[in-house]
This record gives sequence, C-alpha cells and structure tokens, in this order.
Amino acid sequence: MNRSKFDVAVGLFVAIGLLAMVFMALKVGNLASFDNGAGYALEAHFDNIGGLKIRAPVKSAGVVVGRVEAVGLDAETYEAVVRFRIYPNYRFSKDTIASILTSGLLGEQYVGLESGGDPVYLGNGDRLGKTQSAMILEKLISQFLFSKAAETPAKVP
Amino acid sequence: MRTTIYAFFEAIGHFFTSRLDQLGLAARFTGSLLLVLWVAIRRTGLIIRELYFSGVRSLLIIAVSGLFVGMVLAVQGYEVLQRYGSAESLGVIVALSLVRELGPVVTALLFAGRASSAVTAEIGLMRATEQLAAMDMMAVDPLSRVIAPRFLAAVVSMPLLAAIFTTAGIFGAWIIGVQLIGIDDGAFWSQMQASVDVRVDVLGGLLKSVVFGTAVGLISVFEGYFAAPTAEGIASATTRTVVTSSLAVLLLDLVLTIMMFRGLS
Repeated sequence: MNRSKFDVAVGLFVAIGLLAMVFMALKVGNLASFDNGAGYALEAHFDNIGGLKIRAPVKSAGVVVGRVEAVGLDAETYEAVVRFRIYPNYRFSKDTIASILTSGLLGEQYVGLESGGDPVYLGNGDRLGKTQSAMILEKLISQFLFSKAAETPAKVP
Repeated sequence: MRTTIYAFFEAIGHFFTSRLDQLGLAARFTGSLLLVLWVAIRRTGLIIRELYFSGVRSLLIIAVSGLFVGMVLAVQGYEVLQRYGSAESLGVIVALSLVRELGPVVTALLFAGRASSAVTAEIGLMRATEQLAAMDMMAVDPLSRVIAPRFLAAVVSMPLLAAIFTTAGIFGAWIIGVQLIGIDDGAFWSQMQASVDVRVDVLGGLLKSVVFGTAVGLISVFEGYFAAPTAEGIASATTRTVVTSSLAVLLLDLVLTIMMFRGLS
C-alpha cells in the first residue's frame, strides 16, 4: 500500500473525531458513572411513587448515595415496589425512612433516605419499613379546598 | 385545442414516469455501487484521499458552526430557564438537543453544502470531459475507482464530523453558561451526565449521522454520475445535490427520531 501525503491530516481528523466521541460518551453521557453492580440493593414499598423513574438518584441529606434500579407493582397489595442500589461506602440503620421527594418545584423526583438511630444496619435485599409517598399536587389542592370548605360552612338561609 | 389538452395530460404523465424512471435508475445505481463496495474498501489510499477532501477540509466550518450553535443555544436556553430558577439545567438542554438532533442534522446540512456539492461537480466534470469513458476504455471500473471512495468517505466522515460539531457546541455552551453567565460548573456537567444516556442518546445520534452520511454520499455521487455533460448540466446537478440532500436529511431525521425516541419515557 502506498503512503499518501494526506495520511497525517486524515489521521489527525479521525483522531479528533474519535476523541469527540469519547468525550460524548464519558463527559456528556454517563458511561463513566455507570453502576458496575457494586453496592447493595434495598427495597421499599410506597403507596404512590408519583413520577419516579429508573436511574433516578437516591439521596441522603442531599448527597447522591445510590440509584433506583427497578420500579414495579405488588400484585397483592397494589403498592409500588421500588428497588434501589446503594453505593457500598454508605450504610443506613434499620429504621431508615424512605420518601419520594422532588428537587425544586418542577424538578425530577428522587428517593430521599433519612437514617434513624437503630444500631443495626440494612443489608443486601432488605426492605425499608417506613416510607412516605410522593406528594401529588392534585391531592394537596383538593385537601386544601375541602379543609377550606369545612372551616367556613356555607350559610344556609 | 385538442393538442393542448393532449399536451397537458402528457405533461402530467411525463412528470410521474420520469420520476419513476429516475427512482429506478437510482436503485439500480445503488445496487451496482454496493456490488463494487467490497473491492473499493480495500483500496484505502483512494478513500483516505477522499476523506481528506470531504472530511478534513470540512473540519473548520463544522467546528466553528458547532461552537456558535452551542453559544446561541446557551444564551436562549438561559433566557427561558432562569425564569423558572433552573438555570443549572442549561447543560441538559444544550447537550440533549445537540447530541440528539442538531449535531447530526446541522452537520449533514453543512456537509451537503461544503463537500457533497464539490463531489457532484467533480464527477460531473469527469463525465463531461469523458474521463469516466476513458477509464472504462482502459478496463478501470469508474464505479469502484471514482464513485465508491467518495461515497465511503461521506459515510465515514459524517459521524466523526457530527461528534466534533456536538463537542464544539457543548464547549461553546460551557463558555457562555459557565464562564460568562456564571452557572455552577459542577451542576452544569453533573445534570448533563444524569440526563444524557450513552446508549439511547449518544449512540442514537451517531447512528443518525451514519444514515445521513449514506444518504448524502449516495445523492452526491448519483447526481454527479448522471449529470448532463454540459456546463448547465453540472450546475443544475450541483444544485440538485444540495437541495435533495437537505430535504432527504430532514425527512430521514423525522423518521429516525420517531423510531428511536417515541415511547421512551
């Protein structure tokens, strides 16, 4: 095969293009922060999970400590079952409360963990007993309206 | 009177039959191009030469356009996002729109104007000056010697150029958003990484640009190969390349976007 005078320029072009692809994969996308299966899985049952999605963050005190792995419905109790993986360097006590929170007014939803005081720690596959469901805006509004209506009974002439 | 009516219906019929004729020709041309592709791939020297003229020479316009598109996106995105107090999501908006849509599409449009028009003019002039016929006489297949390398160069350089465009755009958005406006650097990147999926968004965008490269490359060599061997013929073939390529890219983009991103969340 003959050497061509374009080899250097084309090599540089291909190198820059491949670098750009690597940049897109690692810095723009989340390939670098892919969970490699490390850590342990926990499970929590909620009455309502709102708009929680797979790969949503699990936060404790605002710090991301894990990711949601699966969302399903318990066929018998009709509760939402959320399974999430906690990074191995974090431990939570047995009486940790899981709640579904929203970052900002319109932000994404995430699972918030609030550790309790139990000396026993949660392990792989454990289920969190205490949970708090997602705040549903429509329900809040209707509750507010009902309580307002209850406070000021309509005057009956 | 009767002849005008005849001529009217003749014109309608001719319009459709000539389109069908063109389509059949294009399909047959694509088929014979695919047959010689295997021979052409092994002649890397020719492909590298075409990669230089199509890809390397387009590098500057692609990178600069990407930079400016990213900057404009950042300014416009910030304008809307800061009303809702979520200016940190700027990285997400810029990255998603660049990776999914603007990177592949704008790159393909620029490539059609910058490189494909030149390919059509070159091949058309080869046809007009009977260089293609001369090759045929010397038992050199012009399809594998001239056409296939130019087609392959378009297919290879399009995803690379699209990646460069996207990267330059995100860099431009970073300059405006983080350096000038003062959005938090960490939030800019981390929100972007949390929302851009490597498999769906990045690979989907690259797949789009490969499809666009195939379409644009095919149109440019087809128009050049069958250009009328006159000055006007080459001029109108070059115009047709740019127009048809741009329309094909936009149409394919709609189809691909519906296939890839519909029913996703």
